[in-house]
Amino acid sequence: MIRIDSVTKRYPDGTVAVDRLSLDIPDRSITVLVGPSGCGKTTTLRMINRMVEPTEGTILLDGEDSRRQPVTTLRRSMGYVIQNAGLFQHRTIVDNIATVPRMLGWGKQRARERAAELMERVGLDPSLAKRYPYQLSGGQQQRVGVARALAADPPVLLMDEPFSAVDPVVRKGLQDELLRIQDELGKTIVFVTHDIDEAIKLGTMVAVLREGGRLAQYAPPAELLSHPADGFVEDFLGADRGIRRLSFFPSAALELTTDAVIRSDAVIRSGAAAGPAAATGAAHLLVTDADGRPLGWAAREEATAGDVRADRLLPYGRPFTPGADSLRVALDCAVLSPVGWAVAVDGDGRVTGVVSQQTIGEAIRAAHTEGRADTEKAGVAE
Amino acid sequence: MNGFFDIPSDLQNSWAGLIGVHMREALLPVAAGLLLALPVAQLCGRFRWLYPPVLGTTTVLYAIPSLAFFVVLIDYTGQTELTVMIPLALYSLVVLVPAIVDGVRSVPDETLTAATAMGLGPVRRYLQVQLPIAAPAIVAGLRVATASSISLVSVGALIGNQGALGNLLAAAQKYDRPELAVNAVLTMAVLAILCDALLVGLRVLLTPWMPRAGTRPRPAAARDPEGALR
Repeated sequence: MIRIDSVTKRYPDGTVAVDRLSLDIPDRSITVLVGPSGCGKTTTLRMINRMVEPTEGTILLDGEDSRRQPVTTLRRSMGYVIQNAGLFQHRTIVDNIATVPRMLGWGKQRARERAAELMERVGLDPSLAKRYPYQLSGGQQQRVGVARALAADPPVLLMDEPFSAVDPVVRKGLQDELLRIQDELGKTIVFVTHDIDEAIKLGTMVAVLREGGRLAQYAPPAELLSHPADGFVEDFLGADRGIRRLSFFPSAALELTTDAVIRSDAVIRSGAAAGPAAATGAAHLLVTDADGRPLGWAAREEATAGDVRADRLLPYGRPFTPGADSLRVALDCAVLSPVGWAVAVDGDGRVTGVVSQQTIGEAIRAAHTEGRADTEKAGVAE
Repeated sequence: MNGFFDIPSDLQNSWAGLIGVHMREALLPVAAGLLLALPVAQLCGRFRWLYPPVLGTTTVLYAIPSLAFFVVLIDYTGQTELTVMIPLALYSLVVLVPAIVDGVRSVPDETLTAATAMGLGPVRRYLQVQLPIAAPAIVAGLRVATASSISLVSVGALIGNQGALGNLLAAAQKYDRPELAVNAVLTMAVLAILCDALLVGLRVLLTPWMPRAGTRPRPAAARDPEGALR
């Protein structure tokens, strides 16, 4: 565990970058430091590998003062990923990745094999090994940056706004990849970002820092969203923290209905939609193909009159997968749907049912009540 | 063009011999300048306040005419090649120090931060990261220093015939053989161009990592679009 113990960084001109900060960073999880610019998050990160020396306080690594070992040894035991990757432009990709292993005295062959293995792990085509950084896209360079940090298999990974400089699509890919790698490797990751969405997506624990380097709140993301400590944290989380919080509620418990789903061959064969579909109050019915895959929404009268035409169907939008997706995704699907109903599918894309905004709304209220009860219970347990 | 390569005997050298002497007098100072400039530039990079005064002093040195240098130096080193080479080394230094400092400063901050964070000490960082990345700028400085050094050697003709090919200029006047002057000028020009070409070749050899003109900047990106990798 990394224990930051009432650490202060004061510069000679009197500016206080970090102010009596204490944090316990748990092993094998992602701890995110987030806050506006000037909140001391990068300074805090750099104090962990002593690129910045604290003015007061200590940083303990598994109980031992980080100043007890030589600074280069300390740094080589921690991977470091930086914005824009900071690759060595004069070295090939494989040599970039092999930097720390080579410094640690590994043989050339072994270091290169390790580099090749890591390229695969971070999703880089091995054919890029002999290229130079300028020949790679920004996202690929950032992957190399992650591979380079992992090269000597350090227990700790420090990441300083690593994905800020790439476009949103690539960033999402890199975030997903990081979560996947973390699942496999279980590193102790300290991750700095100014993007609260990134913090909530990646963090096991999130530390919100405010200007002047003071800790505003340190909590798991779901708790941050449900119980912001004060106005600053609430502001920082943004206006839609209620919606964001839905990401932490599963959609598996949603009550789906199949009454408003009909198969296209049923419509055409019988000339009228079968009983249950006719009985439901929905204004639109979801038409599927014979395989159960969604085709689109048909107006109720047309469907019951047997007059369904593929080109007149309303688009069914993006479906969600109960269990895999959160309530937030389900709600989003319903909001985007032209008829206000979300389509649920199984892993193969076959319709398992539909659900209205109203039903999702009820599920959200139920989840919130449960969440409150849970935190109250937790409060009692403490 | 009869006698184009007939070098007057008082120069005590064949045409090829003069070329050898000329190259020695021109290139040794550049090498010495480079050896001096590396530590000076390193200090200037380390202590930023040092750079302006160093730059000022070297610029003043550059403004002193070579002839004045020679006259002062004759008292100490006599009418020798060394008297010619010392000012040339200083001129090289003047060109190379800013070239190296700018080159080293052109290394992106995040590259340096990454190097530090990976546990590279200051020496390793300078030799393995900063200098290689500064190589194009250093070679550019070497090209300027070499070309000017090759032409300046001829001034040495004025101090006891130490000007190598430049001595031909004096001989042309003395023996009324203008073809010797043409020979001197052409030979020096060809030498300068050859040396420049060699330095360009050296840069190409040293920097396979630089984007080349005419190549697409990101062939890898075009072939392996992000996300299609797995």
